[in-house]
Amino acid sequence: MTTMTTDVLGAPVRRVEDPRFITGHGRYLDDIKLPAMTHMAILRSPYAHAKIRSIDTSAAKAAPGVVAVFTGADIAYNPLPMAWPAGGASGIQNNVNTPRALATDDVKWTGEGVAAVVAETAAQAQDALELIDVDWEPLPAVTDAEKAIADGAPQLHENAPNNRVFDWQVGDKEATDAAFANAAVTVHQRLVNHRLIPNPMEVRGDIGWYNPGTDEYTIWMSSQTPHIQRLLLAAFVMGVPEQKIRCISPDVGGAFGSKIFCYADMALVLHASKAIGGRPVKWVEERRESYGSTIHGRDHITYVDVAATKDGMVKGLRVKTLANLGGRLSTIGPGIPTTLYGRILSGPYKIPAVHCEVTGVYTNTTFVDAYRGAGRPEATYVVERAMDLVADELGIDPAEVRRRNFLPPDSFPYDNPSGLLTAVNGSKLYIDSGNYEPAMDKALAMAGYADIAAKKAEAKSRGKLLGVGLSTYIEVCGVAPSKWIGAVGEGWGAAMWESSNIKVHLTGKVVVTMGTQPQGQGHETTYAQIISHELGIPMEDIVVQHSDTQGTPFGYGSYGSRTSNVGTGAALKAAAKIREKARRYAAHMLEANVEDIEVEGAEYRVKGSPDKKKTIQEIAFALDLAFDTPEGMEPYLDETAYHDTPNCTFPFGTHVAFVEIDQETGNVELVRYVAVDDVGKKINPMIVDGQLHGGIAQGIGQALWEEAVYGDDGQLLSGSLLDYALPRAEWLPSFELDETVTPSPVNPLGVKGVGEAGCIASTAAVANAVIDALSPLGIRHLDMPFTAQKVWGAIQAASGGSGSAKGGEA
Amino acid sequence: MAELHIALEVNGEQREADVEPRTLLVSMLREDLELTGTHVGCDTSQCGACTVLVDGHAVKSCTMLAVQAEHTAVTTIEGLGQPGSLHPLQQAFWDKHGLQCGFCTPGMIMAAADLMAHNPEPTDTEIRHAIAGNICRCTGYHNIVAAVREAASVMREGAAAPATNA
Amino acid sequence: MIPAAFDYTRATSVEEALGILASDEGAKLIAGGQSLLPLMKLRLAQPARLVDIGRLPELRGVSKLDDGRLSVGALTTYAELMDSPAVHLAVIRDVVPAIADVQVRNRGTIGGAVAHADPAADLPAALLALDAELVIQSSSGTRSVKADGFFQGPFATGLAHDEILAAVILPAPRGDAGSAYASIQQRASGYPIAGVAAVVFVGAGGLVEGAGIGVTGVSDHPYRAHEVEDALVGTTGTADAVAAAAALVVGDREVSADIHAGREYRAAMAVVHARRAIEAALARAR
Repeated sequence: MTTMTTDVLGAPVRRVEDPRFITGHGRYLDDIKLPAMTHMAILRSPYAHAKIRSIDTSAAKAAPGVVAVFTGADIAYNPLPMAWPAGGASGIQNNVNTPRALATDDVKWTGEGVAAVVAETAAQAQDALELIDVDWEPLPAVTDAEKAIADGAPQLHENAPNNRVFDWQVGDKEATDAAFANAAVTVHQRLVNHRLIPNPMEVRGDIGWYNPGTDEYTIWMSSQTPHIQRLLLAAFVMGVPEQKIRCISPDVGGAFGSKIFCYADMALVLHASKAIGGRPVKWVEERRESYGSTIHGRDHITYVDVAATKDGMVKGLRVKTLANLGGRLSTIGPGIPTTLYGRILSGPYKIPAVHCEVTGVYTNTTFVDAYRGAGRPEATYVVERAMDLVADELGIDPAEVRRRNFLPPDSFPYDNPSGLLTAVNGSKLYIDSGNYEPAMDKALAMAGYADIAAKKAEAKSRGKLLGVGLSTYIEVCGVAPSKWIGAVGEGWGAAMWESSNIKVHLTGKVVVTMGTQPQGQGHETTYAQIISHELGIPMEDIVVQHSDTQGTPFGYGSYGSRTSNVGTGAALKAAAKIREKARRYAAHMLEANVEDIEVEGAEYRVKGSPDKKKTIQEIAFALDLAFDTPEGMEPYLDETAYHDTPNCTFPFGTHVAFVEIDQETGNVELVRYVAVDDVGKKINPMIVDGQLHGGIAQGIGQALWEEAVYGDDGQLLSGSLLDYALPRAEWLPSFELDETVTPSPVNPLGVKGVGEAGCIASTAAVANAVIDALSPLGIRHLDMPFTAQKVWGAIQAASGGSGSAKGGEA
Repeated sequence: MAELHIALEVNGEQREADVEPRTLLVSMLREDLELTGTHVGCDTSQCGACTVLVDGHAVKSCTMLAVQAEHTAVTTIEGLGQPGSLHPLQQAFWDKHGLQCGFCTPGMIMAAADLMAHNPEPTDTEIRHAIAGNICRCTGYHNIVAAVREAASVMREGAAAPATNA
Repeated sequence: MIPAAFDYTRATSVEEALGILASDEGAKLIAGGQSLLPLMKLRLAQPARLVDIGRLPELRGVSKLDDGRLSVGALTTYAELMDSPAVHLAVIRDVVPAIADVQVRNRGTIGGAVAHADPAADLPAALLALDAELVIQSSSGTRSVKADGFFQGPFATGLAHDEILAAVILPAPRGDAGSAYASIQQRASGYPIAGVAAVVFVGAGGLVEGAGIGVTGVSDHPYRAHEVEDALVGTTGTADAVAAAAALVVGDREVSADIHAGREYRAAMAVVHARRAIEAALARAR
């Protein structure tokens, strides 16, 4: 009898998650109904900046169905923690002002929570909100980072003069100044990387339940990081022993970074449940509400200077960025525009000197934190626009400029000479691997790049401006080596190990529990593929569990493509431990020496005696019953492993976007999209492609349509999906994807990660395409998003028309 | 507010519920009938996650009062097919990786079902137009379009072939 | 997301609905609800009572009148309109797919769109260009008015509180007619920044003998641009003539502005789409 199992590693296996999702049996936060459950609604500030003089909740308390009403004064918890300060190098420390469960004295943005109603039904809670009377003292507001640090700007926090959160820098200032002093050519540009709203299709929500009998708290949360939230809520916010809190993430309907963080509502539902005697309290944000209760992303104003030779070799890059972090800090807000941005500004290029300064700024806007890519799309946008600006200045083809500046394939592992990837303790990250030119050549060939002039002429005959844009990006995946992240200078001060437990049960069925937390990435499939490959057990005999602090090992959660690098590392180690113990027990069963047991798939054989063998299922059966174990061996195949990645992984690729612009309307149509990505080896190529598709679409959304717009008074003018445009099927083409494969030496499987790649690359590719299309009109740069009105205004201005980029007063 | 007693057919079964006049169809389906496959993704009738069929036509169940659905026949994702007896659309979404987080999926599939009823051989452009009222944030629509295209093909073959057990 | 509470009455006849409207100032009609319910979910509309006329058989159906015109019952959905003889009017074929999405077109009604009178609704532009008539019922009888003049302001029409819009009368298709709708959409909402419907009648020698131009999204209510029509009639519809006529589409009207389109841009888009709609209509007429 053979027990060979089909090797599924690397195969486009259909996802094991999908049967529940396609038949309506997914279980998202709002699908959970508990006995005696109540519903909470939160009253939010209509002002961007105001003092709370008083709050009268008496009418709301008397309203039908109302169980309780809370204000900030009722809740003794600490403010939310901020876990990733910047600062360090410049000596200016990170100012820390974070939200409370409910605002107490003042509000810093429209949408900050000030009171909460708990009622028998969601409708009653909503009705009672209208009965709460807040006496406000409105204050002047500022929403733009550049205006916020100017003299005379409204001040948000007494202890943060000029609204500065931190001043941070990285790189080699001296060498960079020298590069500019000696430069043949310099280019300069102000770049706005505008504010986005993540908008996963499932909004956030929590159900808090306090059990008075055990003094224990359970919270269901739509979160990427249940383990971290337990730690933060217990140790930092609530002052409750960690073992008294259990966090559960059910199916999560998308997140894109926005569900990493510790939010006020998490503390609020737990406080409320306890205060009302232990009835569960459910809160689910509404979409419009989420624009003030869940983080935003991006929002940088950057001044970039490039020093280059006459043949387009970039010798120096100087970047100054203002990062708008909102009215108070989110959990890792300062880490995004520093570690995850400034440290990768050289992209795939051999730039000898780089220096970057970042100032974090408070404004009267929703707090800003990690949104898909988190710092890396912003950095890629800067360096990819810079390459096109150099190409434009010198009249060299943008692809050729990139080619000349690429790190050659023998550069790896690459140690950035400006110290971008060096922590203050000397710990370094290296760009692990790369081979950039073949990926670009493949993409250019697919795109028919050599025939662009003819394509442009054809479009012109139809009255359209065709533009082609490149983005040759790198991604940084798998945050992060603990030694580096713990001392990188920004003071994260925490390790980032990942965890895995594998149990092979008596029946040969396998339960894998992971510390990572999926939000649509298909972890239940990909981990099962890996474990099946490692242990020779069929996928259908393996279940992957996650997302519950009771029963899964501590993990830092899923973001920054940690799962594919760090999470798989833990799973591989746990599988190796299982194999090793099975081997030892096989030796016992087969009365052989351990050294003589060879393993192939599920079979453990005595070398030279192929008939003397046991399958892992037989071994598990015997070792679970465990009435005959060798001296010192404990029962069960049950192993836990932790993995710390020795380095990050660095996927790369080239994306090519084609846009056509209607000159009369300014309307931009994305007509074609080509991408060649190198994400190393793939666990499941179908899932990898899906991640790329989605990321590409989100990046396109930023370039063309999505924008969080604040009025000067701090009102969010793009305050609902009626004004914030998410990409729709009709506006996108199908994408043309291909690959090169450069296995990562960092990860045992050679995988790198793919969660952010599409999003990192596509925004810059589309931006470069739009500006390429407009360049015949003499337009050298335009800030995103390239809305019809904005492009029309630019065309009008360039052709001497009366139009302004704002299309007239709005 | 006095509740109204209404009866309707849901997924082929007669169902009844007591609802406030303001109760939206999606709320009745999710809360009263405990069919939580139909989702709410926005509050401005933009996202289509709540799409169900009412008398065979795709509608946003967040933009219809439960009382307006009295005596209609409603089909939700649960009624389209179940594991072991998947509708060709469900099967194609699975086969073609037409979903990631799964949250928009039920509404997306129901919108596609409306298209199938009118247009057995849709072009990609027609597919994209038909799902323009459904937002997906995960897939970039690439594999959703592929899935609908595949399902249409399978359904055409099924319609063309003589009835068999295959 | 949850509307404020209200009373609900499902009318069993037009007379019953009219009776409730006459006696209850707080009553509001609902048909498909595709415009009203979104406002109620945001609590921007809080009617005390909804009178559901969605099932009144006398308001349903599309029928041909003796003079060849089409009577479109107010409860006809957009989807049903596309399945009716009204699709012989090219502008209807253009405008309906531009409205929202499949789900809304399955449920939204023609009468609802007209009575709701969103300043940026697509359909009114087509009705204005087609010189449609609106049939209005009240307890004192039935009256007909032209679409031109019916739309008076944002969500404001010539419909009195105690009246019901019963039907829309569309003209009979004519061999010498051509029509089209052109618009540019606000990406998030799908409503037009500017939308223009054009109907032209072209006689011997290519002479434009008549025209109807309906405009939406541009001002605080959909309007008929008589200036454009007057400039077009009597010309042979040359590119210059069309451009000159289209340039008059805004006139001295107050142009709307928001974050998606300022006044200058919106006005420019009205002109561009007026020209495109007229050109497409002329091409279809020739």
